[in-house]
Amino acid sequence: MNYETTIGLEVHVQLATRSKAFCGCANNFGAAPNAQTCPVCLGLPGSLPVLNQAAFELAVRTALALNCQITDRIQFDRKHYFYPDLPKAFQISQYDQPLSHDGHLDIPVQEQTKRVRIHRAHLEEDAGKLLHEAGDGASLVDFNRAGVPLLEIVSEPDLASPDEAFTYLTRLKLILQYLEVSSCDMEKGTLRCDANLSVRRQGEAALGSKVEIKNLNSFRHVRAALRYEQERQVAALQSGQRIAQETRLWDAALERTRPMRSKEEASDYRYFREPDLVPFSVSPETIGRVREGLPELPESRKARLMRDDRLSSYDADLVTSSRRLADLYEATVALHRQPKAVANYLISELLAYAHVRSLEIEAVAVEPAHLAQLLQLIEAGAISRPVAKNVFVEMIESRVPPGEIVTRKGLGQISDGAALEGIIAQVIAANAQTVADVRAGKASAFQFLIGQCMKATQGKANPQRVAEQLRQSLSQQTGGS
Amino acid sequence: MPRITAEEVRVVAHLARLSLTDEEVRLFTQQLDTILDYVQQLQRLKTESVSPTTHVLPLANVLRPDQITPSLDPETVAALAPQRKGRFIQVPKIIETEPG
Repeated sequence: MNYETTIGLEVHVQLATRSKAFCGCANNFGAAPNAQTCPVCLGLPGSLPVLNQAAFELAVRTALALNCQITDRIQFDRKHYFYPDLPKAFQISQYDQPLSHDGHLDIPVQEQTKRVRIHRAHLEEDAGKLLHEAGDGASLVDFNRAGVPLLEIVSEPDLASPDEAFTYLTRLKLILQYLEVSSCDMEKGTLRCDANLSVRRQGEAALGSKVEIKNLNSFRHVRAALRYEQERQVAALQSGQRIAQETRLWDAALERTRPMRSKEEASDYRYFREPDLVPFSVSPETIGRVREGLPELPESRKARLMRDDRLSSYDADLVTSSRRLADLYEATVALHRQPKAVANYLISELLAYAHVRSLEIEAVAVEPAHLAQLLQLIEAGAISRPVAKNVFVEMIESRVPPGEIVTRKGLGQISDGAALEGIIAQVIAANAQTVADVRAGKASAFQFLIGQCMKATQGKANPQRVAEQLRQSLSQQTGGS
Repeated sequence: MPRITAEEVRVVAHLARLSLTDEEVRLFTQQLDTILDYVQQLQRLKTESVSPTTHVLPLANVLRPDQITPSLDPETVAALAPQRKGRFIQVPKIIETEPG
């Protein structure tokens, strides 16, 4: 029996505004507990919310980038539930007149494009943060996060596998980063995801019972949890069991999901219109203007780089995998018209630099002019590649132009025959056995001698010249004996 | 026929985190029923041509600029709570969503 999997995703993204959604408290991570709270976000009597213009604009911008329709008359509603992280005992959210609806996001699936429909994207406020203390039977509340603007992006159940869900999330995050609407940092919780999954026998018309999965702290966890849940549900169906419609929590340590103890018998959020917030609308002119002002999104940027710069699909994918990287690439190519060389250097050296230091690309400061100059030095043969690697690191860390670093430290490549002559003679004299091995036809021994010459010059020797001259010297000596 | 049952009163009481005795459930069911009966008079009005009103003022698109304004002193905030720990507000341990 074959089974089909159906997955839908709910993504909450914190919008990168200066202040909160409905009050002027700062929206930033890491302040002292309850230092960013006021009567509005604490829900004190008599306080009134007023919507943050930037939050509204960022939400509209994102909705349009996700091809959503903006609702004519946008309204806010109160969603009621009791939880200590929710000071008003209701969350300002949107129910029947959300900010936007019916969009889509195209994702690559097996060399093809799959359209994932977006059900809706609406604005709401975040809740506070609960800390559970070990032992003493208390939980602690920090309301700094309460009232931070969130955009909730709900997909239709169009995803057919955990891998598709992973791709969707990766693409969505990339678009959000290109739009600069959120820091999208899952560790800091500025991007969060809940997933729901059901399985059914192939060909069956009705969807299976839907299981919601929470506590997913990274895209890898999302994929792992969905894989686990898919297997669990198929196994249950195969053994004749029924799947209960429930909410489960992902346990990353045990790599399994387990039922969550129920909050309330049935969710009864008693939505009603938020009387303190007026309706909102966006004129067709504004929609047109925002749409015009959207940045080039990763898909079309990739296509353009493949077409105009003749980058391979693989290179173009990597270069556009972060907006910062793509911007740096283009700014460098504008100064040094060697797209392939620029892309290669960024992919091999910059990504490695960031990876080794566990840094985000965004955190690495590279001047396009410096990178262009470094590539010119390499191409002109002024410095060797091993030296260039070190100059690259120093150029990032000191922000000094590479040309200056090379001059100051005397790192220029040694291509001068006479200068290399002496070094080669020393290496030959010091490695008699290896020299004999080379004469016996051992190729690796020859490479070793080149290595010794490079070492003697701290990598400054031009390796091709060294190889040529070394070969010459060895054959002359043979001839002479 | 009553407009509200004792069972519905129990559900609403639970959602509002109110603990009611059987006697209170009986009393409130009867009182709520009277209130609903009174409100029921509105049903007699013809409202087909009246659009739902959730706001009485003809206002739309009221927004504030994205500017930071001073927050309360965290000491004041913590002092508002019945229980505190440092500058955190302390509540009974929440276990429902906690792994374990």
